[in-house]
Amino acid sequence: MTATPISSAGTSRRASQGAGPSAAIVAPNWNGLIEPTQYIVVPLLAIAVSVVLFSILLLVLGKSPATFFQLLWRGGFADGFAVQNTLERAAPLIFAALCVAIPARMGMVVIAEGPLVLGGLASAAAALPCLHRLPPLLILGVMALAAVMAGGACIGFVGVLRVRRGVNETISSLLLSYIVIAVLNFLVEGPLRDPGSTTKPSTQPIGAENMIGMIPGTEVHWGIIIAFVLCAAAHLLIYRTTGGFGARVIGGNIRAALAQGLPVAKLTTGFCMVAGACAGLAGFFEVAAIHGQANSSLAVGFGFSAILVSFMARHDPLVIPVVAIAMGGIQAAGGLIQRHMHLPDASVQLLQGLLFVVLLASETLYGRLRVRQAFSQRSSTATGGGSSNPEPAVSPQERRA
Amino acid sequence: MDDGMISRRRLMASVAATGAVALVSGARQARAASVTVGIIYVGPRDDFGWNQSHAVAAEELKKVPGIEVVEEENVAETVAVQKTMESMIREDGASLILPTAFGYFDPFMLETARKFPDVQFRHAGGIWIDGKHPKNAGSYFGYLDQAHYVDGVAAGLSTMTGKLGFIGAKPITHVLHNINSFLLGARSVNPNVTVQVIFTGGWALPVREAEATNALVNAGCDVITCHVDSPKTLIQVAESRGVKTCGHDASQASLAPKGFITGAEYKWDTIYNGFATTLASGGTVPNVVRGGFDLGYVRNTPYGAGATPEAIKAADAARQRLVARAPIYVGPIKDNKGNVVVPAGTALDNYDVRTEDTDFLVDGVIGTVS
Repeated sequence: MTATPISSAGTSRRASQGAGPSAAIVAPNWNGLIEPTQYIVVPLLAIAVSVVLFSILLLVLGKSPATFFQLLWRGGFADGFAVQNTLERAAPLIFAALCVAIPARMGMVVIAEGPLVLGGLASAAAALPCLHRLPPLLILGVMALAAVMAGGACIGFVGVLRVRRGVNETISSLLLSYIVIAVLNFLVEGPLRDPGSTTKPSTQPIGAENMIGMIPGTEVHWGIIIAFVLCAAAHLLIYRTTGGFGARVIGGNIRAALAQGLPVAKLTTGFCMVAGACAGLAGFFEVAAIHGQANSSLAVGFGFSAILVSFMARHDPLVIPVVAIAMGGIQAAGGLIQRHMHLPDASVQLLQGLLFVVLLASETLYGRLRVRQAFSQRSSTATGGGSSNPEPAVSPQERRA
Repeated sequence: MDDGMISRRRLMASVAATGAVALVSGARQARAASVTVGIIYVGPRDDFGWNQSHAVAAEELKKVPGIEVVEEENVAETVAVQKTMESMIREDGASLILPTAFGYFDPFMLETARKFPDVQFRHAGGIWIDGKHPKNAGSYFGYLDQAHYVDGVAAGLSTMTGKLGFIGAKPITHVLHNINSFLLGARSVNPNVTVQVIFTGGWALPVREAEATNALVNAGCDVITCHVDSPKTLIQVAESRGVKTCGHDASQASLAPKGFITGAEYKWDTIYNGFATTLASGGTVPNVVRGGFDLGYVRNTPYGAGATPEAIKAADAARQRLVARAPIYVGPIKDNKGNVVVPAGTALDNYDVRTEDTDFLVDGVIGTVS
């Protein structure tokens, strides 16, 4: 238990359970309970705080918080339409959030917009020569492959830049997204433009027969199922494979990883490629299930919202769907709130922003909930015991930053 | 004169609506009072541009008795708009949906129209084709190029350098058409005028629009106009550089107290009032609605301090001609590569469908389509 925890959430959770007995001496009942439940208690606390803050804001504006949250429920989760609306919006967020979460295991923060847009563009471009020549399923296969390769290459390149030239991955992926969007606009308005698209320049539509259908009985496309599966796969990749272990070591301490002889360059590049491929799939589903063609609507900011999702999920692939669905629900309800409360669209963005800030701020509470209590108990009985903090309050990632 | 028309139309619309309500039975009355119109914007309602032009019309529509208006702003051109339309129908009982961004049309509006055959959908700018698109869908548009032509007349008489600047979003048909008409208007009063064009590549890129404005002013242009979603930034930059401006989409007069000449504005409320009152009286809304000055679908912003008396006189006269449907494209007209686009002795009617397929810039415009 003396070694530095390898990575954030998952590992430190196990580590902290091990640290339990020493803490149990101070306050047996409370700490035993708080330690494992803090990963639920702290976010709930953060959500409650942001709800209170936002309610105050609404009251200042003369609007009813009760109506607001009632509409939030109705628009995002209350009935079949609302739930489907939410899921439809959550799907691209999940894929793109995986693109943020996987490199985050190696202590990297990447922007997922570039690979998402490139994936969508590549899938639409790859479909063009296959139309009317291949059966629909094969066309979809070609498109998905193109998207995965394009997205993978995009973030893979970011990884290579990081490993070989020490370029900050956030900056390079952000700048790459601008390049990708410029390339998208150039191709969509030039060489790949369908002459029929007069007002909104787009590539030639792949045709309804080649598009991904809806899950029977719903209006949600299959992408959401694939997204859930991919999250589970990412979880296994990170926690159940040697490569995942290596990546977590890199995230924990890159010099230790090098000293151990881990293939840091290969692992970094490889994981970046996997991440980029996930975002590429988001672009693929946007084209193959929603738009049926590529145009500037691929770049509507899913790749940026995904950063929010991944951070709020603490980069845990199994939590990402939960957060993405929550975000999707907030966005789905946004329209209803605008129309019925006459609030500007910014109000929903404000709620998202508040949630994000408060949740990030609450990160510092992990491990400290117990310290506080221990301190108060000790200070009432003895002195000077408060400094013996058995658990690091700062996660390795924050420490690295 | 424009103002007179607005109030007259509004009055007539109101009278028609009240008349319809008064004539029909009580049950009918209840239904007539429940015509709900859903309007969807891609950006903020107060953007001094495209979205604002629709929002201004929505405000006008709200004043009509028996018409409910629900609005939603910042709706992305993705599946989000499909869900918004469906939500307006399910939650608010909207019977007329007006999605106002180009990207909403295909596939999102068309798909929703197929799903809800009892609801009417009309799109701003899209091209509805009989037989190909659902019967309950359609499109409407104002020929803003006519107002740009009048802008051009005023600009042609306001320029000292003979160089006008035009900042376009993308080289698509509507933008090219506006640039061409602006040039033709300017040349009709000042034959040596040129229009220099810069395309920014996107509908809302304020930084690039500001750079383009500076570049055009540095190149000697002393009147700047545009076709972007929100002209706010570029009008402000032009004003700060001391050059004159013509507006686009909505009124930007307040942004340029010194240099504003006039602007090309949509008058969507004419169309919206027509749609809503027709629906309220149980009538059928036409699938394709197109028009310019003659139908009151476009207008010019009231003249600002930048307009000279001479320019005002000529611009007013030009507008009178357009109200009487005088054609803008009178041959011979060449494109700026030397190809004849309108042969001598012929003229393109302002309603000619070919104007909606403009893929060239006329002679006198400095710039390329690709």
